[in-house]
Amino acid sequence: MLKLQGVFKRRYHLRLPLFSGRVPAGFPSPADDHLDQELDLNELLVEHPAATFFCRVSGESMTGLGIFDGDIIVVDRAVEPQYGDIVLAALNGELTCKVLDTKKKRLLSANDKYPPIPLDEDAELIIEGVVTASIHQYRCSR
Amino acid sequence: MFALVDCNSFYASCEQIFRPDLRGKPVVVLSNNDGCIVARNAEAKALNIPELQAYFTLKDFLNHHKVHVFSSNYALYGDISQRVMHTLKHFSPDVEVYSIDEMFLDLSGFHQDLTTYGQNIKATVWKEVRIPVSVGIAPTKTLAKLANYAAKKIPNCYGVCTLDQPYKWDWLLKRMPVQKVWGVGKRLSKRLAGIGVCTAYELAKANKKQLRKLTNVCLERTANELNGHACLGLDEVAEKKQIYVTRSFGEKVTELASLQEAITLYATRACEKLRKQQHWVQTIHVFAHTSPFLPNYYSNSLVVKLPYPTDDPRLVSAYAKRGIELIYRESALFLKCGIGLIELLDKHHQQKDLFSPGQSNRSNILSSTLDTINQKYGRSTVFLAAQGIRKPWKMRQEFLSPRYTTRWQDLPLVR
Repeated sequence: MLKLQGVFKRRYHLRLPLFSGRVPAGFPSPADDHLDQELDLNELLVEHPAATFFCRVSGESMTGLGIFDGDIIVVDRAVEPQYGDIVLAALNGELTCKVLDTKKKRLLSANDKYPPIPLDEDAELIIEGVVTASIHQYRCSR
Repeated sequence: MFALVDCNSFYASCEQIFRPDLRGKPVVVLSNNDGCIVARNAEAKALNIPELQAYFTLKDFLNHHKVHVFSSNYALYGDISQRVMHTLKHFSPDVEVYSIDEMFLDLSGFHQDLTTYGQNIKATVWKEVRIPVSVGIAPTKTLAKLANYAAKKIPNCYGVCTLDQPYKWDWLLKRMPVQKVWGVGKRLSKRLAGIGVCTAYELAKANKKQLRKLTNVCLERTANELNGHACLGLDEVAEKKQIYVTRSFGEKVTELASLQEAITLYATRACEKLRKQQHWVQTIHVFAHTSPFLPNYYSNSLVVKLPYPTDDPRLVSAYAKRGIELIYRESALFLKCGIGLIELLDKHHQQKDLFSPGQSNRSNILSSTLDTINQKYGRSTVFLAAQGIRKPWKMRQEFLSPRYTTRWQDLPLVR
C-alpha cells in the first residue's frame, strides 16, 4: 500500500520584512510592537497557487503591453478569461501569449509588426489560462 | 459516502500538461533508468503497448507508431500531484492522500446530486491543473475503488460512477473478478477460487466463517465493505511501515567502491525519509542484482540488525556498506542495488537499552542540521563523502522532460 505524507516540500518562499527598528541601547523601538507583517511576493502575484504556473516569454509580439523577450509571465488557470484579457493559449498545439478578442474572434499581439490571428473554424484553440502578471528583471540573477 | 479520485495515467498526463501538441497522441513514461514502460496514456494503450515491458524490446515498435517516450520526471510528477491534491481539498473537508495519484474524499452529509458533484470535481481538476481524473463514489472505500474502476472502463459513465443503491453495486460486483477488489491480490484470489469465490459478488455473499478460516479478519472486513457497510475510515496519518530506496544504474557496475558509493547515497535518502516521519530504524535490508536479461544472473540480499535504533545516516550507511561488501562478487555486472529500512520504531516511544547507550544527542543534532541545510540550499548541498563525488553509476534519463514547475531554468517557453 503506497501512502504519501508531505513528501513534497512547499515551493518558493520569499519573505521580506516590512521594516524592523534597530534597538537603541536600553530603549526598545516603539515601532516593534506594530511589526506584524512580512510581505510575500507570492501573496501579491499568485492568487491560486495550485492553478498557477510561470512561463518564459520569447519574442517581441507583446512589447506594447510591457511584456518583453525573456520576461516571466504568471498564468492562472482558475480565472475565467474575458474579452481583452492577456491569455496563454494553445494554438494548434503551440503555447502563445496574446490578447483575447472574443468579439471579433481573434488573438491580438501588442506589436504592429504582428498581425491579428483570426480564429477560423479549423484553428484549434484552447485557452490555457489568464496572464495575471509579468515579471521584468533589470539585473537578472537567474 | 466516499469518493475516490484517481488521475488517469498520471505520469503520462503530467508530460502532456505543458506540451499541448501531445494531447491526443500516444505517450509512454519509462521507469527509473529507462528500464521499462510504467505509464501509458489511453492512446498508447489503444496501440496494445504492454505495461512493464522492457523498453529496449519495444524501441522499434514505438518509433514506428510515433509514440512519445519520456524518462520519469519525479520532480514534475510530485509538484503536479500536490496541485491536484490541493485542488481536491476544496471539495471536501476530510481527505486522505492515498498515493501520488489517488485521493479519498469524505462526502458524508452532502445532499446534492453526487454524480453532478463528481463531474464538477473532474471538470475543475482538468481546468485548473490539466490532469484528467476519474471519480468513483460509494458508501465504502472498497466500493468507491470499484466504482472508480467502472468510471474508467464504462464509456457511458463519462469518468464518474456513483454506486448509491445496493442494486447498482450488485450489478457491478457480479461482473467484477474478485482479484480486482481492493486488498485481494493474485495469491488470495487463487485461494478464494478454491472455495468457489470468483467474482466480487460471490465474495460479498460468502460465508463469513469460511472466509475467516481461509485468511485473517481483513477479508471479512472487505466482504462487509462490498455490502455497503463502511469499516474503513479515512486514515489521516499515513505512515510507511517500511522505507525502500532503490535504483538501477546507468552503466553496469563492476567495482565494489562504486556499489558502496551508491548504497551510501540510498541509505542517506532513506534516512531523510525516516527522519521526516519521526522514526528510528532497527533493521535494514540490503540487496543487489545483475540484469535478468543477461547470462549469469546473480542476485543476493541480506538483513542487518543495527546495534541500536537510529536515524543517523553515518551509522546506517556504514552497515549498509558492510552488507554490500558481503553481497559483492567480482565477476558480476550489477544493474541495481538498494536498501530497505524494514524494522521501524517510533522515535517518541523508545525503550532504552540498559547495556547500549543508543543514539547520542550529538548524532541527533548532526542529522537535523544536515536536513535543515539541504532543505534550504537544495538536495545534496552537504552529503557524506562516502557517496562519492563523481557518480558514474547515476541513472540513465535519456528522455527527461524539463522540470517546468520547479526550476526557473526550465519554465515552459511561449511565443
